[in-house]
Amino acid sequence: MALQRIGEVRGRAVYLPGDDIDTDRIIPARYLKVVTFEGLGEALFHDVRFDETGGAKDHPLNDPRFEGASILISGSNFGCGSSREHAPQAIYRAGFQAVVATSFAEIFFGNSTTLGIPCVTVQDDDLAPLAASVETDPGAELRIDLEAMELHAGGHRFALDMPATARDGLLQGRWDPLSELLEGSTAVATTATRLGYLPQV
Amino acid sequence: MSTPQNLFEKVWDAHAVRELANGQTQLLIGTHLIHEVTSPQAFGMLRDAGLPVAMPERTFATVDHIVPTDSRTEPFADKLADTMIQELRKNCKASGITMFDLSSGRQGIVHMVGPEQGITQPGTTLACGDSHTSTHGAFGAVAIGIGTSQVRDVLATQTLAMSRLKVRRIEVTGRLRPGVYAKDVILHIIRLLGVNGGIGFAYEYGGEVFDRMTMEERMTVCNMSIEGGARCGYVNPDETTVAYLEGRPYVPHGEAFEEASRRWLAGASDHGCSYDDVVAIDAEDIAPTVTWGINPGQAIFIDETVPTVETSDDADKASVAEALEHMKLTPGAPIEGTPIDVAFLGSCTNARLSDFAEAAKYLAGHRVAPGITAIAVPGSQLVKAACEEQGIDRVFRAAGFEWREAGCSMCLAMNPDKLVGDQLCASSSNRNFVGRQGSPTGRTVLMSPIMVAAAAVTGSIADARKVFGVGEAAA
Repeated sequence: MALQRIGEVRGRAVYLPGDDIDTDRIIPARYLKVVTFEGLGEALFHDVRFDETGGAKDHPLNDPRFEGASILISGSNFGCGSSREHAPQAIYRAGFQAVVATSFAEIFFGNSTTLGIPCVTVQDDDLAPLAASVETDPGAELRIDLEAMELHAGGHRFALDMPATARDGLLQGRWDPLSELLEGSTAVATTATRLGYLPQV
Repeated sequence: MSTPQNLFEKVWDAHAVRELANGQTQLLIGTHLIHEVTSPQAFGMLRDAGLPVAMPERTFATVDHIVPTDSRTEPFADKLADTMIQELRKNCKASGITMFDLSSGRQGIVHMVGPEQGITQPGTTLACGDSHTSTHGAFGAVAIGIGTSQVRDVLATQTLAMSRLKVRRIEVTGRLRPGVYAKDVILHIIRLLGVNGGIGFAYEYGGEVFDRMTMEERMTVCNMSIEGGARCGYVNPDETTVAYLEGRPYVPHGEAFEEASRRWLAGASDHGCSYDDVVAIDAEDIAPTVTWGINPGQAIFIDETVPTVETSDDADKASVAEALEHMKLTPGAPIEGTPIDVAFLGSCTNARLSDFAEAAKYLAGHRVAPGITAIAVPGSQLVKAACEEQGIDRVFRAAGFEWREAGCSMCLAMNPDKLVGDQLCASSSNRNFVGRQGSPTGRTVLMSPIMVAAAAVTGSIADARKVFGVGEAAA
């Protein structure tokens, strides 16, 4: 299973202020009553974007200046809460290719990486100037460079961070681990046998 | 002599298959639990790739998130929900996976079924496509919540690609004061360490307080590890663990049980082992705790006042303001006395026999306040049956609670149990996120079961110690 190598994401960005943006907010539970992930992009941040009659609320994702953005920027502990992969699926299917935050909840981070969505962190002090540059010039293209671990935005350069395992997976086109896990089947059988409580293969 | 190891290190080393190219570990998953919400896409991915389930005898299924808790007549009125249960049945049947279905008498919230059946065992790795999988750590298992692509990985290979976690020991010493419960302990821990304090860590809960806890109380604590950002949390196995497991369906019997017990106990953290971090908490400092905001770390003792933006740390001001706006609480005012609309006793955090038994002890002779909707939702069919055998259901019904069928219910409102408008719910569940209980403007206040009972009978956020004379009774 050859996967695309992901070394760079280019695109316009939208800034979603706030810390601890949880996965219930990213996609409310009622949208999880599905047996595929198709169409989830429309549910992204639904209840904070729309009121109970379907009217658009004041929300960055409803702001025409940021329409077509493909990089989502937010605060700390982004994606906390439920393990629902529907959250990164909705983000991806709404057209986003990367998320920038000051930190990520762990399950969300892993789910996103497995889908080939880079989740990179910026320093706390860099968030405000980064957000300001996006607000000032919503049409500007940002560039996330995973080789150099830098984010280029409106003439500014911000240092990025990401666990080496995830970065390596994206750069090498190994972000979905399934084929590599399958290759380990003999070693899996050996470990299972040694443990004793698993079926002897 | 070998270097002393903590439980996490022992389990990790025993289950590590090999190192992957990116430096992660291929980790063998001993037990895999699945439910209807996060598994259908995983089975779909397997079908697309033409892959079979590698070890169907190590995956167990139940249905919990979408099931109605009033009428169980099938097909369900909600067609989407009905499709999901049918899909799970179909997938389990096709792959030879055991499913604890509605007709089994053993259905329930997945994190209750594993322990009840003795499927959850010490020294093992366990994964489930649900963040509250951390619950199973109460048994000394390394239990982690995963996403759907990882459910696919476990189905296809019985392994996961994982990075090793650091271990933080959280030691609570001394004795809990009367009226203070496991739920208060974990809410207090999250309040102290933050909702993101546990990122990158497994939490080891140790010290006298956890030593004295029952397995059900330990499950309450471990359940909410993820709310503190920790992917898993555990308590070292001891005689309490062994006694709980003895005689359960998936636990070995006779000599094999004795042997398993010895192995389980030997798997506990070694004396003198090291940790990446240690936090010490005095049990005496913990009081009944309730949340006031929109994440589980935004919590205060029942006798404290709602925070104000002005007195909050600079870094917290924005989130405090956002939380206050959503919760419609008066900054600086006591939380005690805040009117409620709904009382919910249920969820994988607090819907076990002891939760209902303890609440019933104090609820007897009281009535739910006028205008309050109060629902009691056992976490499993076995809990429901046990409550009914002991007459606990009658106490709840007599008090004016609705007594429901087992499921996740109003914890996340994927079934018909939902808040309406900006109703405020006194809830024994685990998340007070915006919209969590089914209404975008709904409000959730997390607390222990006995505090839910106190809120139900007074119609407001209340101190159960005062309402029921808990402290006096125990003094």
